Amino acid sequence: MTSGGFLLLAVLAVPAFGALAVAAIPRDRAARLVGVIAATLTLVAAVALPVGRNQGWTAYAATAAAVRPWHAVDLPWAPGLELRFHLGVDGISWPLVALTALLTLLCCVYTLWRVPGRGDGRALVALLLVVEVGILGTFLALDLVLFFLFFEVVLLPMYAIIVGWGGDGADPASRDAGRRAGRKFALYTLSGSVLLLVGVYVVVAAAGTADIVALTGGTELSRTTQLAAFSLLALAFAVKSPLWPLHSWLPDAHTQAPTVGSVLLAGVLLKMGTYGLIRVAVGVAPEGARWAAPALGVLAVAAILIGSLVCLAQTELKRLIAYSSVGHMGFVLLGVATLTATGIQAALVGNVAHGIITALLFFLAGAIKDRTHTGALSELSGLRETAPRLSGLLAFAAVASLGLPGLAGFWGEAFAVVAAVESGGALWTTLAVSAAIGGALTAAYLLRLLRRVTHGEPTPAVAVLGPGLATAELAAWTPLVLLTLAVGLAPTLVLGIAEAPVEALVGVLP
Amino acid sequence: MNTTTLLGALLPFVPMTAGLAGLLLPPSSHTATGQDAIRRVAAILGVVGATGSLALAVALLVTVDGPAESSTTWIELGGLTVTLGVRLDGAASLIAVAVTTVAVAVQIYSIGYLRQGSPDEPDHRYPPYAAQVNLFTAAMLLVVVSGDLVMLLVGWEVMGLCSYLLIAHDRRLPEAPAAAMKAFLVTRVGDVGFLLGIALFGVSAGSFRIADVLAHEHSAATRTIACLLLLAGVAGKSAQFPLHTWLPDAMAGPTPISALIHAATMVAAGVYAVTRLWPLFEATPTALTVLGVMASVTLLLGALAATAQDDIKRVLAWSTVSQIGYLTGALAVGSPPAALFHLLTHAAFKALLFLAAGAVIHAVGTTLMSRMGGLRHSMPVTFWCTVIGLGALAGVPPLSGFWSKEGVLAAAEKAALHGDGAAPGSVGWLVWLAGLVGVAVTAWYATRLLLCTFFGTPRTPLAHPKDPAVGPWGTDRTPHDPPAVLRWPVLALAVPAALLGLLGFSNWFSRQLQPTPPAASDAMSDLMPPAGLIHLTPTVLLPLALLVVGAGLAWAGWRRGGGADPVVALGPLRSVFARAFRLDDLQRTVVVRPTVVLARTARAADERVVDGAVTGTGRAARSLGNGLDTLHRAALPRAAAAVLAGALLLGLAAALIGVTA
Repeated sequence: MTSGGFLLLAVLAVPAFGALAVAAIPRDRAARLVGVIAATLTLVAAVALPVGRNQGWTAYAATAAAVRPWHAVDLPWAPGLELRFHLGVDGISWPLVALTALLTLLCCVYTLWRVPGRGDGRALVALLLVVEVGILGTFLALDLVLFFLFFEVVLLPMYAIIVGWGGDGADPASRDAGRRAGRKFALYTLSGSVLLLVGVYVVVAAAGTADIVALTGGTELSRTTQLAAFSLLALAFAVKSPLWPLHSWLPDAHTQAPTVGSVLLAGVLLKMGTYGLIRVAVGVAPEGARWAAPALGVLAVAAILIGSLVCLAQTELKRLIAYSSVGHMGFVLLGVATLTATGIQAALVGNVAHGIITALLFFLAGAIKDRTHTGALSELSGLRETAPRLSGLLAFAAVASLGLPGLAGFWGEAFAVVAAVESGGALWTTLAVSAAIGGALTAAYLLRLLRRVTHGEPTPAVAVLGPGLATAELAAWTPLVLLTLAVGLAPTLVLGIAEAPVEALVGVLP
Repeated sequence: MNTTTLLGALLPFVPMTAGLAGLLLPPSSHTATGQDAIRRVAAILGVVGATGSLALAVALLVTVDGPAESSTTWIELGGLTVTLGVRLDGAASLIAVAVTTVAVAVQIYSIGYLRQGSPDEPDHRYPPYAAQVNLFTAAMLLVVVSGDLVMLLVGWEVMGLCSYLLIAHDRRLPEAPAAAMKAFLVTRVGDVGFLLGIALFGVSAGSFRIADVLAHEHSAATRTIACLLLLAGVAGKSAQFPLHTWLPDAMAGPTPISALIHAATMVAAGVYAVTRLWPLFEATPTALTVLGVMASVTLLLGALAATAQDDIKRVLAWSTVSQIGYLTGALAVGSPPAALFHLLTHAAFKALLFLAAGAVIHAVGTTLMSRMGGLRHSMPVTFWCTVIGLGALAGVPPLSGFWSKEGVLAAAEKAALHGDGAAPGSVGWLVWLAGLVGVAVTAWYATRLLLCTFFGTPRTPLAHPKDPAVGPWGTDRTPHDPPAVLRWPVLALAVPAALLGLLGFSNWFSRQLQPTPPAASDAMSDLMPPAGLIHLTPTVLLPLALLVVGAGLAWAGWRRGGGADPVVALGPLRSVFARAFRLDDLQRTVVVRPTVVLARTARAADERVVDGAVTGTGRAARSLGNGLDTLHRAALPRAAAAVLAGALLLGLAAALIGVTA
């Protein structure tokens, strides 16, 4: 096995064994520390993946496939189910792999310092690592059935995190709300998964293989199969992304989840949907994608506009940030829907940027709620008077989220609009204009948020705050702030490696 | 990359570094000495950032010799190239010098200005303030030197952000956060168009580099639509009707910030962006016509609104709206040099006026002119500086504003009478007439401001001793000229405000302001003598006469009222003007309210309908389950009957299928 293949296995094995070790160690703090170490090692392995990628490139260039992984591992697993343990990483998946590893590490570090609510910190760290395995596996899988398996691995631990550590307080009503939100999340996304399973087996049965590398381009599938497969797969991913109007699990789940849960949910879990759409749905059924693109585009823009409008009328901090994801993912989906190289690149960078920025926003919202014990905007005001650093960071994150040029959020949103303009025609031009208006609405609700929370006279809840920040908080937030700046100033970090695979993918589109 | 482009690239970099470093300073310290140390470091960073960029800008102006360009690819997005690069010419370096000069003045002035309040409680948020001013300067300089539309957009929006942060700086003003939000949002609405315009040009040319966009042959439709879209952004940034509403409210920011926003940055950016893309606009008469109408409306609207304000800063704010109308008017009649010339002189005299007004406000503890008066004797330096500033604003020869406004009017006149200029002659007439009326109105309100503030009897209710917010310096309660740290920036700005216009006679200067010729035809430019900036024709008497009429009317009204505010002469129009034709209310009714209602509806619909369907499905599934459950829990007789009925049914079905088969 090559060193690249070894790294690929390590990226999955380290957190998996880490989770086992954390669960096995009886002492709480030591267990959490082991979790942090496992997450760190995973991040190191994930960051090391691009090393030596050129060899992988030439090895696969000969096949001229549309997916050319840098490294790959391909082992048989359950031949009867067309299931192979086939992993690979390329420029489309690597930024998301790295982001997942980073955010999990930050969540583990944060948990080292603070365990939300009444729960057991050890179990939380173990579940975080299991979620990480599932998400990383989804991004790495090059076998459709394997992809589906990893996609499902995420579900139950996340449900447990929301139900076990979520809710606002210990009283029965809030526990109940947490439980309800968790159940809704699990059932809703599970019904999406059913569609995914059907879609996967429609493809596998028609093509006789589950190898994504072989399937990409859709050459083996008839047009009808492609239309059916794309509809099923796109619906499944639309639930996960989420695409309006299939989003309504998201606000509850994000609001009720503990801070680390929200961070992972918004930061990387949603990306499984958009990644699946690009890699699996568009890749395997390009004709279907072309056929459904206008509908996808219209829904994406509806998500942008409706998401921002709902945010404008929100009264709860965390719920507002949760809803903002609907609008932001709308931009990502608009980029995908254009099916142009510009649009898909915008979607990729938008994915990463949203992961970084929204994770930061959820961390900050969690910090504010932990300190003031309220998330109601009417009870929060004057944060800059008592906690200037927290307020400054919130302003930074909000400004990044509204897509300020020079910060990470800009590229994905602006170039989704550019891609829609590029597509031309009445429909796409209208979509571009509406999306741009959605950009202004995004600014409106984030500025409203800042005005409510940071300006004005401190409310009693805010007045008691001290200006200090915990070391763990700084440790968790600083990388996100720096990455927001770095991706904003040098989008090449994400797009440089994605350019070739995106070109290859667009090349197979009809 | 040669010296010139290196200087250009460093230009935004220096204040940006200083600004970012300043933001990292600890926001507060527990000890007074620690506080002082932080403040000192922040002040040094602020001033060094600004002076450093001024030095670079001057060096650039000296070295720049014709257009210079240098760029490297920033990012390739599916065949669209975004570059990182600078594009420099004489106009860019002159604007850079103006921006940095004002920035230096503002930074020095702010050191003194933000030490307000009781001496033992200095404004502890000075460090971020100074850093944000530096970032603001950096963003504007980025717009000035940028050689790429996306990069320009970066500076453009960062500037919007900095204005937002700085306008909201004063936490004692309850209206400041709202004003800040309004400034950011209104400009952002304009930027929807700006972004789409950039996208259209970029997609059409396959690159966002300005040189590529200018060189590409765009289809007429694309060019027209994109130019019109860009104008929306220009209207937002440069406070042009109908997106001008944020500017007067932005007065909630500290006075030096008003100087910065009004003089050299922000409002200048829109006009500058048009001159940057001038060849495209020149070829698009439709866009120029729209610009001309917008300019004329803005020019008159701003001037008339300025006549009835009581707040000295709002008078100046509306005068900015009106003066930017002259700039866009000059562009509309096809004369970017005249626009840039007036931009430069306006930067000088408006910065001067704001800083002087800041000194007045500081001395008397109010911004309302109705509570000022007679300050001429107690504040002679401020008085004379204001006289110079107002003279330049109104266009009194030989002060700077006279020459530059004359240039604008001459260009409009030429377009009106001779039909030269890219836009139709009717646009020339419109701009010219609006400009002439504007001269009279400007003279009127400038005279009024001077009379109400500095002449007449002192009716100053001095700063409330218990209100530290507006406390004057020291314990002496008579108003007096400000201390040196505030006085020197004002005095320094008085020099260009008075004399900058004379530079218009210099050939070198007018050559600098000519638009950069497209790369292909640069051989021609040396042969063509630059069109002069100063036009002394007999028609110059017309604005001069109007100036005298306007000033005379104000003076007569003031005399007749025995030193009362001449604004009473406006009669019933006064309240209309004071509320700026109630466009703010219109904006609230037409845009803000419907959006809020729409947002509430969207939220309700999302919760009841979209989510309602989901929870409804869940509930329906559960009740279906319950129903089936109840059915299966039937008592024995009924259950036995059901089993038999089922068996009968199955048997029947089997028999029927057997028969048919």
